Amino acid sequence: MSKPPTFSSSVQRAFKHRSFVAGAAIVVLLVISATVSLFWSPYPVGDIDIPNKLAGASAQHWFGTDSLGRDIASLLLVGSQNSLLVGFIAVGIGLGLGVPLGLLASARRGWIEEVVMRAADFTFAFPALLSAILLTAIYGPGLVVSITAIGIFNIPVFARITRGAANAVWSRDFTLAAKAAGKTKWAITWEHVLPNVASVLIVQATVQFAIAILAEAALSYLGLGTQPPNPSWGRMLNEAQSQMFQAPMLAVYPGIAIALAVLGLNLMGDGLRDLLDPRLSRSR
Amino acid sequence: MDCVTCSIPVCRGRDKRTGLNMTPSNAIPLLSVRNLRVALQTSHGQLEALRGVDFDMLRGNTLGLIGESGCGKSLTALAIMGLLPDRATVSGSIALNGTELTQMSDAALCTLRGARMAMIFQEPMTALNPLHPIWKQIAEPLQLHQGMDLISAKARALELLERVQLPRARERLDNYPHQLSGGQRQRVMISIALACQPDILIADEPTTALDVTVQKEVLALIRQLVAEDGMGLLLISHDLGLMRDQVERVMVMYGGTVVESAPTQELFGMRAHPYTQGLFAARPQLGLKRGTRLQTIAGNVPEIFNWPKGCAFADRCAYVQDSCRQTLPQLERVPDTAHDIDADGTGQAKPVAEHWVRCPEWQKLEASA
Amino acid sequence: MSSFVLQRFFSFFATLAFTSVVVFGVLEWLPGNAAQVILGETATPESLAAMEEKLGLNQPAFSRYVEWVGGLLQGQSGMSISYDTPTAVLMMERMHVTLPLAIMAMSITVLVALCLGLYAASKQNTAGDVGVMTLSQLGLALPNFWLAILLILLFAVHLQWVSAGGFPGWSEEDGGGLLAGTAALILPATALAAVQTAILTRVTRSAVIESMSEDYVRTARAKGLSKQQVLWQHVLRNAMIPVVTVMGLQFGNLITSAIVIENVFVLPGIGRLIFQAIANRDLIVVRDVVMLLSAMVILINFFIDLLYAWIDPRLKTGAAAV
Repeated sequence: MSKPPTFSSSVQRAFKHRSFVAGAAIVVLLVISATVSLFWSPYPVGDIDIPNKLAGASAQHWFGTDSLGRDIASLLLVGSQNSLLVGFIAVGIGLGLGVPLGLLASARRGWIEEVVMRAADFTFAFPALLSAILLTAIYGPGLVVSITAIGIFNIPVFARITRGAANAVWSRDFTLAAKAAGKTKWAITWEHVLPNVASVLIVQATVQFAIAILAEAALSYLGLGTQPPNPSWGRMLNEAQSQMFQAPMLAVYPGIAIALAVLGLNLMGDGLRDLLDPRLSRSR
Repeated sequence: MDCVTCSIPVCRGRDKRTGLNMTPSNAIPLLSVRNLRVALQTSHGQLEALRGVDFDMLRGNTLGLIGESGCGKSLTALAIMGLLPDRATVSGSIALNGTELTQMSDAALCTLRGARMAMIFQEPMTALNPLHPIWKQIAEPLQLHQGMDLISAKARALELLERVQLPRARERLDNYPHQLSGGQRQRVMISIALACQPDILIADEPTTALDVTVQKEVLALIRQLVAEDGMGLLLISHDLGLMRDQVERVMVMYGGTVVESAPTQELFGMRAHPYTQGLFAARPQLGLKRGTRLQTIAGNVPEIFNWPKGCAFADRCAYVQDSCRQTLPQLERVPDTAHDIDADGTGQAKPVAEHWVRCPEWQKLEASA
Repeated sequence: MSSFVLQRFFSFFATLAFTSVVVFGVLEWLPGNAAQVILGETATPESLAAMEEKLGLNQPAFSRYVEWVGGLLQGQSGMSISYDTPTAVLMMERMHVTLPLAIMAMSITVLVALCLGLYAASKQNTAGDVGVMTLSQLGLALPNFWLAILLILLFAVHLQWVSAGGFPGWSEEDGGGLLAGTAALILPATALAAVQTAILTRVTRSAVIESMSEDYVRTARAKGLSKQQVLWQHVLRNAMIPVVTVMGLQFGNLITSAIVIENVFVLPGIGRLIFQAIANRDLIVVRDVVMLLSAMVILINFFIDLLYAWIDPRLKTGAAAV
C-alpha cells in the first residue's frame, strides 16, 4: 500500500516538476511586475517626449521609446496590469457564473441539464471574438466592454467542464451513500462534488486566463479594447506596425511580453494538470 | 503439406484423415521454456519481474498457470508471444517446435504470431476494434499469413464463426463489436485465434470477465477445439476450480517464478509447497460449521519493488529457513507416485506427469499433510 | 444512419434559427434606437427621422425580423448604410479573399499537425517528441497577429520577398492573377495556421497515444501485425475521432482569427469589412456579416457531425459511444 500524499510531499513533487516550476516562475514575475508598476515605473507612462521619439535601446531607455517618445519599458511594465486585470475578471466571471450552472445541471439532470448544455453549445457556435466585436459595435470600444465579452464566453466553458467533472463524481458510490444518509443535493454538492472538481477547474482557469490575455490583446490591437492613455500590449503592437520600417524592434517587445505571459500560464497549467491528477498521485 | 480441400497449410504430424495428432511423445516439445527471466526498466531502476520459469509443452498438452495478481503469469504469456514492451529485457530460452524465439527480430516473430501461436485475452469487451466489422477482424490473420483474398477470407470467417458456435453467424459477420455480448465477443476472439490453426493457444483468463453461466460454455468450447486440432493449450487463471476441470497439468506461480508444478489430479491430492497448501486450504468448503473462520495465508503478497533475494514466500512461510531467504531455492523433484502414467512403455514417467516443487522443506509438509 | 442524420439536421436548423433571433435581438436591444447609434450623438432630429424611416423602425420588431429572414432565404439582403449596396453583394465580394485564405490556412494546419502529431506519438518520450511538444508549446503562446507582424518584418521588410500587405486581386486584368493572389495569401495563411497547428498537433499526439494503449492494439499485435501495420490499420481511424472534433471547433477560431489577420495585412476580406463597418457604425453590415459567419461555423459543425457518423459505426446503429 502506498502512503497517502501529505501537503509537504505534494509541495516537494511540485518543485520537481519542470513544467510547473518554469511556468510558475514566469507567472510570479508577471504578478511582481504588475504590482511594482502600481507604485513605480522608470518613467511615467503619460510622459511624451517627442525629440526622443523612436530611440533605440540605451541606458536611459532600456527598450527605447515609441513614436511619441514614451519609454517602452514603462509601457510594458504598466501594460502588465491591464493583462492581469482582464485575465482575473474574465476568468472570475466564467467561474462565478459558469461553475454554479454546471453544478446545477449536474445535480438536477433532466431538462435543466439539457437547457444549460444546449445554451453552452450554442455559445460555442458564436466565436468569442465575434461577440466581442458585436458588443463593441453597439456599446463602443473600451476595457469594460471587452472584458465583459471575453468573460461571457468563459461561462459556457466552465459550465461544461464543471458539469462533466461533476457527473463523474455523482456516479461514484460515496455520493450515493451520502444521499442514502439523508444529505440534500445541495449539501452533497458543496461538501463532496465541489472539492473533487476543484482540480479540473484550477487547471482550466489557467488555460482560460491565457486565452483571455490573448483575446484582449487582439481586441486592443484592433482598437476595440483598452483605450488610450491606458497602456495595453496589444495596442502597442498596432502602433508599432506603422513604424515597422523605422523601428522594427518596437513590434517585437510587446509581442514577447504577451507570448511570455501566455507561455508561463500554459506551462503552469500543464504542470498543475499532471500534479493534481489523482491517478498519478496514488502511484508515487 | 496442404489440405486437399481448402489449401490451408496443415501442421506437421497431423493425420489428414482423422485430424488427430500423431507425433510420438518423446519428440521435440511443442513449446519449451527454460529459465525464462524478464527484467523491467522502471523509474525505480531495473526490476526482475520473472525470476525463472521452466516448463515443456507437448502436442496436445493442456497446461494451467495459476497464481495471484502480480505473480507474473500474464508476463510469462506475453514473453512467449514476444509482446512485452520495449523496456523489458528477456533472457533464458523459449523454443517453439525447436525454434528459439528470444533472439528473434520482431519481423520474424510477426510471422509466427497468429499463425503458429495465438493468444486470447481477458477483456473481450475492449479486445476488438470498435470501428471494424467482425468479419474483417477475423479475416485479418488469414489475409496476413495465408494471403487470402477478401472473398475467401470472409467465407472462411463464416466457417470459423460457426465452428465456435456463434448463433446466427451469417448475420453477425457484418456486425460491429458493440452489437455483441461479452460471451459472443469472446467466441469471436477464439475464432480469430484459431483462424490459421496455430500450434499453441494461450488463454489469459479468458472467462474472468464473463457471466458465470457463459464461462462454462466458453471453456468447454476451448477444450473441444483444442482437442480437435491437437493444439497445446496454456490456460492462465486464478481460479482453482477451473484448473481442475480444464487442464491436465497445473503450474503454481508466486513471486515471479513457478513454485510447484504437477499433474492436476495429483496436485489436488497432495501439495508440496507451503504456498500451494495455503491456497488450497483457503478454499471455502460446503458443510462447515457455522462460525468457522475461513483459513487465510498470513501476511501480504510483496510488491514487485520489494521482492526478496530468495524465496518470495519467505515472510509468510511456516517452514522458512535462513537459506530460503538468501537464494531462490532450486526446483526439486517429488518422487514418482502411483499416479504416473506410463503410456509409452519406456518405464519412465512422461514429463507431463512429473511433480516439481521449489522448496527445500517440502518433505516436512508431506509429513504433516 | 438516417435517424442520426435527421436529428443532426434538425439541430442544425434550430441552431441557425436561434442564432438569427439572437443576432437580430442584440441589435434591437440598443442604448437608444438603431438610427441614433448609426448617426451618432450629433444627429439632427430630421436626419434621425429620415434614418428611422429608412430602417423601417416604425414597424414592429417581429415583422422586421420576418422581413429580414425572408429576404435572406430568398438571397436578398438589406442595404448597407455606408456603401449603399446590398450587403449580400458586399459579402460575396469579400468572400473571394476570405474563403481561399481560410482554406489555405486549414490545409496547412491539417497537413502539418497530422504529420507532427503522428511523429511525436510514434517517437514518444524521445528527443523528437520533446522537440515537437516544445515547438507546439511556443506556437500556442504566440498571438497570431504578432506572428503576422514578425513574418512581415522578416519576409517583407528585411528580405523583401513579398509586399507588406494588400491584395492584388485574382484576375490578371486588375493587375493580379492566380499566382500573385496566392503569394499575397501565403503569409496571412501561415500566421493563421500557426496556433491552430500547435493545438491540433497536441490533440493528434494524445489521441494516437491513447489509441495505441487500447486493448485492440494488443489483439492486433497478437495476430501478427507489425507496429507499422497496427498504426495505419487500427490506431489512426480510432484516433481521428477526437481529432476531427477539434478540427471542427477550430474552424470557428479560424474565422474569427481571420478578422484580425486581415486587418494586419490589409486584405479586402470579410474581416476587414466588419471592421470598417464598426468604424462607420454600419449596423446593417455588422448584423449580416455576423449572421453569415455564425452560419458558416454552424454549417461546418453540422458537416463534422456527419463525418463523425461515417467514421464511427457506433453512432450509425444508435449505440452509445464508449
